[in-house]
Amino acid sequence: MSEPVALKLTAKDFKSDQEVRWCPGCGDYAILAAVQGFMPELNIPRENIVFVSGIGCSSRFPYYMNTYGMHSIHGRAPAIATGLSVSRPDLSVWVVTGDGDALSIGGNHLIHALRRNVNLKILLFNNRIYGLTKGQYSPTSEVGKITKSTPAGSADAPFNPLSLALGAEATFVARTIDSDRKHLQSVLRAAAQHEGSAFVEIYQNCNIFNDGAFDQLKEPATRDDHLIRLEHGQPITFGSAGQFCVVHPPGGFGLEVRETAGTPADEIVVHDATVTDPAYAFALSRLPGLDLRNTPIGVFRAVDRPSYDSVVQEQVATAKAKVTETPEQQLAGLLASGDTWTIL
Amino acid sequence: MTKQIRQLDRVVIRFAGDSGDGMQLTGDRFTSETAQLGNDISTLPNFPAEIRAPAGTLPGVSSFQVHFADYDILTPGDAPNVLVAMNPAALKANLADLPRGADIIVNTDEFTRRNLTKVGYATSPLDDDTLTGYVVHPVALTSMTVGALAEHAVSKKDAERAKNMFALGLLSWMYSRPYESTLRFLERKFAARPELVAANVAAFRAGWNFGETTDSFSVRYEVKPAKMQPGTYRNITGNAALSLGLVAAGVRSGLPVFLGAYPITPASDILHELSKHKRFGVVTMQAEDEIAAVGAALGASYGGALGVTTTSGPGVALKSETISLAVALELPLVIVDVQRAGPSTGMPTKTEQADLNMALHGRHGEAPVAVIAPKSPSDCFHAALEAARIALTYRTPVILLSDNYVANGSEPWLLPDVESLPDLRVEFATAPNGEDGTFLPYLRDPETLARPWAVPGMPGLEHRIGGLEKADKTGDISYDPANHDFMVRTRAARIETIPVPDVEVEDPDGDARVLVLGWGSTYGPIGAACRGLRQRGLSVAQAHLRHVAPMPANLGEVLRSYDRVVIPEMNLGQLAHVIRAKYLVDAIGYNQVRGLPFTAAELETMLEEVLKNV
Repeated sequence: MSEPVALKLTAKDFKSDQEVRWCPGCGDYAILAAVQGFMPELNIPRENIVFVSGIGCSSRFPYYMNTYGMHSIHGRAPAIATGLSVSRPDLSVWVVTGDGDALSIGGNHLIHALRRNVNLKILLFNNRIYGLTKGQYSPTSEVGKITKSTPAGSADAPFNPLSLALGAEATFVARTIDSDRKHLQSVLRAAAQHEGSAFVEIYQNCNIFNDGAFDQLKEPATRDDHLIRLEHGQPITFGSAGQFCVVHPPGGFGLEVRETAGTPADEIVVHDATVTDPAYAFALSRLPGLDLRNTPIGVFRAVDRPSYDSVVQEQVATAKAKVTETPEQQLAGLLASGDTWTIL
Repeated sequence: MTKQIRQLDRVVIRFAGDSGDGMQLTGDRFTSETAQLGNDISTLPNFPAEIRAPAGTLPGVSSFQVHFADYDILTPGDAPNVLVAMNPAALKANLADLPRGADIIVNTDEFTRRNLTKVGYATSPLDDDTLTGYVVHPVALTSMTVGALAEHAVSKKDAERAKNMFALGLLSWMYSRPYESTLRFLERKFAARPELVAANVAAFRAGWNFGETTDSFSVRYEVKPAKMQPGTYRNITGNAALSLGLVAAGVRSGLPVFLGAYPITPASDILHELSKHKRFGVVTMQAEDEIAAVGAALGASYGGALGVTTTSGPGVALKSETISLAVALELPLVIVDVQRAGPSTGMPTKTEQADLNMALHGRHGEAPVAVIAPKSPSDCFHAALEAARIALTYRTPVILLSDNYVANGSEPWLLPDVESLPDLRVEFATAPNGEDGTFLPYLRDPETLARPWAVPGMPGLEHRIGGLEKADKTGDISYDPANHDFMVRTRAARIETIPVPDVEVEDPDGDARVLVLGWGSTYGPIGAACRGLRQRGLSVAQAHLRHVAPMPANLGEVLRSYDRVVIPEMNLGQLAHVIRAKYLVDAIGYNQVRGLPFTAAELETMLEEVLKNV
């Protein structure tokens, strides 16, 4: 095989001619720029890349990418993208969705795409609010959240998107933040390299209806003490001076945060994204508190499992391999199968 | 003893028993033997939705009716000449359909006090006057089967289960059927258990020999082969024919068929059938729900496959939003609705034509689609090809309205020559179509009004499509009032102007004043009723719609050339409503929604009244 030709694409090549129409200051701009900046790295011709979205602010994304794209209907992007990906394994298929689109109206399709391990890269922009419909609470909004539709506070317990994805046994699960371009692109890179479903939650600021939702993770004064930056093979320590660490207490089911001082080094959990049992990544996903303290970002889980696409295509290839006739001959044989009789 | 042999031109037999008695299989085998003999055939299975309703109860009765003749027939028959009743429930559930004089073969072993009580018989109908006027043949089917298998190495239960083969053997003798195909079938079916092959073959032969020797059957019947068009035939159900039609559409278009489906009665058999044909490149996906099923099919179409989804009414309701998206995206999509009795879960194993309104109008916004309805089991093959042709040529969703009657009914099918099937090859867009080298995804073919099908992977044609209203030609998002008006009208026009064949009128006498207009599965009963009237010297014309949207261009003229138009439908008048609105014709509806097809007799009676009053 010859070396792949370097396409020498740039971020500009991935900008469509459409005017971007998100609200000024929306976190989506930063994500769009990060994705457009990252795409050339894939070295995949633009025509072999497809962005599929549902409905919501984030779902306008495909219009701004100079690739193939479909802005579909609310919640259904994973289902539509599944049909596309399975029948066209040569394509790189990306799904862009939001917390309402993916977790409320489209929850069923999301979990089933993940359990099947369809070869999709799913980017969930989580702003914990409905933006396009002007400010109702979403399935990731905090309990008690006061919004237009919940003047007395929301009574719903929220979903933790990563816990949900891990419960569906997603093979790749990661989290990143709109404002941290470098980290965002590192996660996209890992997702793109993953064979099968890659689920990426991106904390995204809606400056109109839920401004500052993730400020603790962004402000220089607080972010280092709140964020846990997961690195495969590294002990999990965090804090401005590395003063916190994650341990697995004996007898407990999950993980806990301790002060590094006073914790024996061999008790600090060494992050391993390849652990087969999703329980470990699930425990990581449960660390953050309501105030976003102890929020892990990075790749929680990346395990190998054959993609749905590859299994389906292999079945077809196996069946076709035995065929020696033309399709027309095969069809004639099929039509005449079973008990037939001839009238002269 | 020597048996008398009597010639008949037609016979209707109904096999009825408990849902675990194997009546569908028995009927199916009898049908196959009959097909081998060269009779024309039409069959109708009737079974409960419950997989195994409590044994011996009325809800648990399953039946299979087969009509065969030495001439071409159109329906499975109104009333059975012979009922095989495997238990009291089967007798009670079917007796009302039997004309006096009919033969009834009963399995006396099941007429126990307990079984009689289960269905409310205070005394055995074999002992009182319930069956006066019928020719009753009491046969101890179970015990004779068990007796015949005494030397066989099978359990008592397996021996008892073979009683349906005893019944089949008896009926095969009675109607002089060739049985080699049944013996071959048993060898295939029980290949892994040779003792069961031997037992079932022995049970079949015991039934045959019983007929030959017993005094209770003095007459043996023959029905000569029908005069049918030369060629090779097979017996086929509508669901099987529809599946093969979709495979054929894949072969003739050169596109992979992608089926997204969620299991639902009575459409699941299409999913089962297509899942066997991977060697044709057919991909089947059992989706998480009806919405995902159509979504995946649409995604596959976007990628250049022939996207198909199969379901029944409740599923179409769920798919509605995605079908509207397909209307906006202008991509090929075939939606198969095997109609069943509704609303809601309704009667899932019974037939109805009540989804026509939903197919024509059941979407938000102005979202027209093409609608096709097969008229018989074998027509499902050609209707599937036609649905694919319209979807691919005009880049539109097409709803194929089958129903439980044609889906599970069967008839002989003259196998078509593959080369004679329509050429469905399509051209994907390969080059920019704009003046300045840009690609205009909504620049239409002036003849078909279809937009280019530009599938991902083609360099230079990268573009974005979506549910938001699109500007003419460029496909860019547009809120322009005049553009929206134009696009809505264009989407309507591109369906309305699809050329479909003219509707043909069958009026052999040429002087009919009454036209019967039908659509879909009522073709057989309406045709049989019209024949009946003509045989009695009455003139009546029949026209049948396969294309319901758009309608044939000559339909208005046809309707207006008769004094009366009658529209029988298994709904409360959905086509009649459309016809009245569209053509201002004072059509009369004839409607029933019993979950059963029309009988030819009831239509004949109704039409006779209409003819009297013209």
